[in-house]
Amino acid sequence: MALAVEALEVRYGGIRAVRGVDIEVGDGEVVALLGANGAGKSSTLLAIAGAIRPYAGRVRLDGRDVTGSIPERMVRAGVAMVPETRDVFSDLTVEENLRLGAYVRRRDRAGVEADRAAMFALFPRLAERAEQTAGTLSGGEQQMLVIARAMMSRPRLLLLDEPSLGLAPTIVEQIFAMIARLAATGLSILLVEQNVGKALAVADRAYVMRLGRIAAAGPARELAAAADLKEHYLGG
Amino acid sequence: MTAAIQFVIDVLSLGGAYALMALGLVIVYGILRLVNFAYGELIMAAGYTLYLVSASPLPWLVMAVLAVGAAVVTGIATDYVAFRPVRAKSVTAVLITSFAFSTLLQNAAQLLISPRPRSIPLPEMFSDTVTLFGVVTPARNLITIAAAAVLLTLFTLAMRRTVLGIAMRAAATHFTMARMLGVPANLVISTAFAISGLLAGTVALLWLGRIGTVVPRVGLEPLLIAFIATVIGGMRSLEGAVLGGFLLAFIDTALNYSLPQDLLKFRDAFTFSLVILILLWRPAGLVRGPATGQRT
Repeated sequence: MALAVEALEVRYGGIRAVRGVDIEVGDGEVVALLGANGAGKSSTLLAIAGAIRPYAGRVRLDGRDVTGSIPERMVRAGVAMVPETRDVFSDLTVEENLRLGAYVRRRDRAGVEADRAAMFALFPRLAERAEQTAGTLSGGEQQMLVIARAMMSRPRLLLLDEPSLGLAPTIVEQIFAMIARLAATGLSILLVEQNVGKALAVADRAYVMRLGRIAAAGPARELAAAADLKEHYLGG
Repeated sequence: MTAAIQFVIDVLSLGGAYALMALGLVIVYGILRLVNFAYGELIMAAGYTLYLVSASPLPWLVMAVLAVGAAVVTGIATDYVAFRPVRAKSVTAVLITSFAFSTLLQNAAQLLISPRPRSIPLPEMFSDTVTLFGVVTPARNLITIAAAAVLLTLFTLAMRRTVLGIAMRAAATHFTMARMLGVPANLVISTAFAISGLLAGTVALLWLGRIGTVVPRVGLEPLLIAFIATVIGGMRSLEGAVLGGFLLAFIDTALNYSLPQDLLKFRDAFTFSLVILILLWRPAGLVRGPATGQRT
């Protein structure tokens, strides 16, 4: 089991954003985490990545307890996070952003160079703009950059928070095609999405969150077939 | 013509020192969003180190390296003593601890050395004068310009070419995201304090070289200058700090040249009035930093 989250709770002051969530992501599995705004999806992801400290519960990687680890340790453990705010370093060039993504393995120069070439092959738009500052990129290009940057650390588990947010439909198509290609390489992915159709098409299994709890879970195909999913859990 | 050359040399040498002071302050501010009020004491530490080793037979250059080293060590100590224990807890706490550390160092100097000025050793080249394009100017002005040029170039290269430099620029934009890429927070912060100390130590040599003595409160003026320069230039930008330093030096020097003798003692009032005008025009400073970012 790559990732196991048990009874995770996240609180902001008195607000209980996540109220006891169990999630499992197997090796090479793509798992979607769905739900309406404010359901606690992003908080769950940030808690797994170590960016916020869980109030209670456990996060395990390959059985090892990593609950409350600092973010830099989670990257070393093989977990890469792509936050929904995208957070490119806007005054750094595309090339520098990618170089920073490989920070934890910066001594492996040949490997980093090979991975960068691979990322540029996967995202040709980034190759064209390698010397531009990331702030000058379009929203779609920035999304490609943060995914590529996360991949530079050679993660075993990729946490993707709303990669399609605010992007044009054609770009969303491209992004999901990329996710499918990354999944085909054997990478485990935990994908938070509001675009239910697209997410279920790429995922193996899915969880639906509602008000900080898991409201439904199952194989992606079964959830996609449940016609009432949208109105019941995603707030229409 | 000679007056113009004299003016340019004065602006560049004063501006070089101001720019280094400002850069040393903003490198820490950029990452932590906190002003290190113990910054002036880095200059004091370098000054007293020069004084303490002045009796030794060491060549001046070795003394200078020791002095800069002392500033670097004091800088890193500031992080460990004043910042790290309370950093995650509260901004107010860090403000107070950095003030406290500043006072502690000043009082230690007063108690253990003396509240009165102590002279520091200076090499002969600091008191020499040279003639350049028909202008007679103190050699230390040219040394200051050269030192500023070398340090600013090295600094720029380090920030652009090394992974740690890129990581520090990234951490200044968005600290948590940099950490989520594996950039260790403590390393970045300690490095910022070390660089701050390196710049302050070098400034100390040049700045105290003008006065020739060191007193416990010697760091106050450089702190103030650095703070004003960064506010003019933009607190979020390294380039802004350098620009602000040179601009402040330009204003000071221009007032020195143009104000009548009996108004000269009010020069700072004129300087600050101009600073207020600049801030009314550009409240966020001349150079805007990156758009994103929050305090850690």
